[in-house]
Amino acid sequence: MATVDIRNVRKSYGPVEAIKGIDIAIRDGEFLVLLGPSGCGKSTLLRMVAGLETITGGEVAIGGRVVNQLDPKDRDIAMVFQNYALYPHMTVFDNMAYGLKIRGLPKAEIRARVDKAAAILELGRFLDRRPSQLSGGQRQRVAMGRAIVREPAAFLFDEPLSNLDAKLRTQMRVEIKRLQDRLRITSLYVTHDQVEAMTLADRILVMNHGVAEQIGTPLEVYQRPASLFVAGFIGSPPMNVLDGRIDDRGEAVDLAGGIRLALPQPRLSDAGRAVKLGVRPEHLATADSGFAIEVELVEALGADTVVYGRLAGGESLLVRVAGLPTCRNGDRLTVAPPPDALHLFDAVTGRRLEG
Amino acid sequence: MQRRVTFDSRLLPYLLLAPQVAVTLVFFIWPAAQAIWQSVHLQDAFGIRSEFVWFENFTYVLSDPNYLDTLKTTVIFSVAVTVLAMGVALLLAVLADSKIKGARVYKTLLIWPYALAPAVAAVLWMFIFNPDIGSFGRALRAFGYDWDYRLNGGQALAMVILAASWKQVSYNFIFFLAGLQAIPRSVMEAASIDGAGPARRFWTITFPLLSPTTFFLLVVDMVYAFFETFGTIHALTQGGPGKATETLIFRVYQDGVVNNDLGGSSAQSVILMVIVIALTAVQFRFVERKVHYA
Repeated sequence: MATVDIRNVRKSYGPVEAIKGIDIAIRDGEFLVLLGPSGCGKSTLLRMVAGLETITGGEVAIGGRVVNQLDPKDRDIAMVFQNYALYPHMTVFDNMAYGLKIRGLPKAEIRARVDKAAAILELGRFLDRRPSQLSGGQRQRVAMGRAIVREPAAFLFDEPLSNLDAKLRTQMRVEIKRLQDRLRITSLYVTHDQVEAMTLADRILVMNHGVAEQIGTPLEVYQRPASLFVAGFIGSPPMNVLDGRIDDRGEAVDLAGGIRLALPQPRLSDAGRAVKLGVRPEHLATADSGFAIEVELVEALGADTVVYGRLAGGESLLVRVAGLPTCRNGDRLTVAPPPDALHLFDAVTGRRLEG
Repeated sequence: MQRRVTFDSRLLPYLLLAPQVAVTLVFFIWPAAQAIWQSVHLQDAFGIRSEFVWFENFTYVLSDPNYLDTLKTTVIFSVAVTVLAMGVALLLAVLADSKIKGARVYKTLLIWPYALAPAVAAVLWMFIFNPDIGSFGRALRAFGYDWDYRLNGGQALAMVILAASWKQVSYNFIFFLAGLQAIPRSVMEAASIDGAGPARRFWTITFPLLSPTTFFLLVVDMVYAFFETFGTIHALTQGGPGKATETLIFRVYQDGVVNNDLGGSSAQSVILMVIVIALTAVQFRFVERKVHYA
């Protein structure tokens, strides 16, 4: 058990800076998810913590000890890889016992630890099998077992569920969550899947182009996205974003087509400012005034319905309503958000306007 | 899932197989059959008459103490060539697999010797080891070491082993390198996180995962050492001094072509064929069991 501190960590490949200074202190027992699109640097950051990549600048400390110069084996971490990375020529038991044998643990202790992990992961029946005789989900459980038996200071997960099919992914996600509730080991978990991030994380670090866009609890990230990027990345279907301008008295946002939405509180300091207005599809509901749209497409998902609408000015607007569809293509609807569901972002920087 | 290929014409599959079958017939089955036929016949010195003699050629060959000496030389030679060629190739492949500057150039250079004809390679080695004109040979003598492979049988054997191995290193290298590159990087990373240092990673992960390659090369190198080193030995030592570098394949040539004992030579090549077939069968039967195919 340990804290993991990442202090102004940078990574450059020649002149290209892949990670531009990440700062985060992960608490003991915390589950931190690194979330971002592919190529954002999240895996690189994880691999720097693991010691598989050199650190160009800044410091990584595990349990208060700076590990920049240490080999992976001396960092007291365990890692779960996307492609499982099991030793194909060893049985499940030997896969899990490998790290313990190297550390010179007595045989009985190894046996006990592997049996315990196998029981937690329901792998008891498979201990004598080879990885090639297991399904994808079982292989990933073995990979997690290999991490658990080591009882490390921190777990590192590198997209562990990406190779599994949708159903198995959901199942494994729940298992990881249970495991985490039970073991409470500090974890870093890399994913591009927002559902995994929302469900597993104590806190999420949203990354984009090597920068931390936002660090916060899943609900903070959803309710108060710090930037347009986060707003678009979290939530499904993604947030609607429209060009607008705060009026001269700071009381409302004027949008194209004469649409005017009142702000919950007046923002005098932002009067006259060009903004991007964000509204989540699930916060729009039919109303007397607001966005007049023409329905272009209706997706009935069963539990809810996604309506693809188009505004008079040509911008598209997504609306998500609970239950079965009540409209058809070509229908005209008027929808509006409650005032407290508006997100305002600076039109130039894309950062959230707080307050 | 195996896919069945179907042809429109019934003739086409046979036509496609024909060249391969023809090559096998002309260059293997026919000479092999002829060797077997001749091994049970005795020809007169002028090759005019031949007489069926049952297994007389075989008993003659196998009761010759010289033949058993040759067999011993062959075993030493083959084992040494196989071990040396594979060991060096594995070492070079591991080095080439790690991230080093100029790895591409390095790899290409290592593959070149394979493109050299055995006789040319042998001449090259002669220029190195010849006690009068060879650079290394002269250096050895200058340091007071009595180097002359033309007189010293042990030195001659060491030299042909070196030359024959060198030729095969490139071939092994290509396969070892491909085998190394097929091992997922994350498996090695997982091992290093599990606490394994480079040496332990090699012996517990890399080497077992390379075993299919190693096994394949073991069979190929043994067959190479038995059959294909004739050119190297012929060009370097002609089996001498005395019979110090005479291997079975060289003796087949010596007795058959030089000494004109066609029956005895054929009996020897049949024996040689049986030995190699048996060796390969044994390797598949016993060694392959320990091999892990991923």
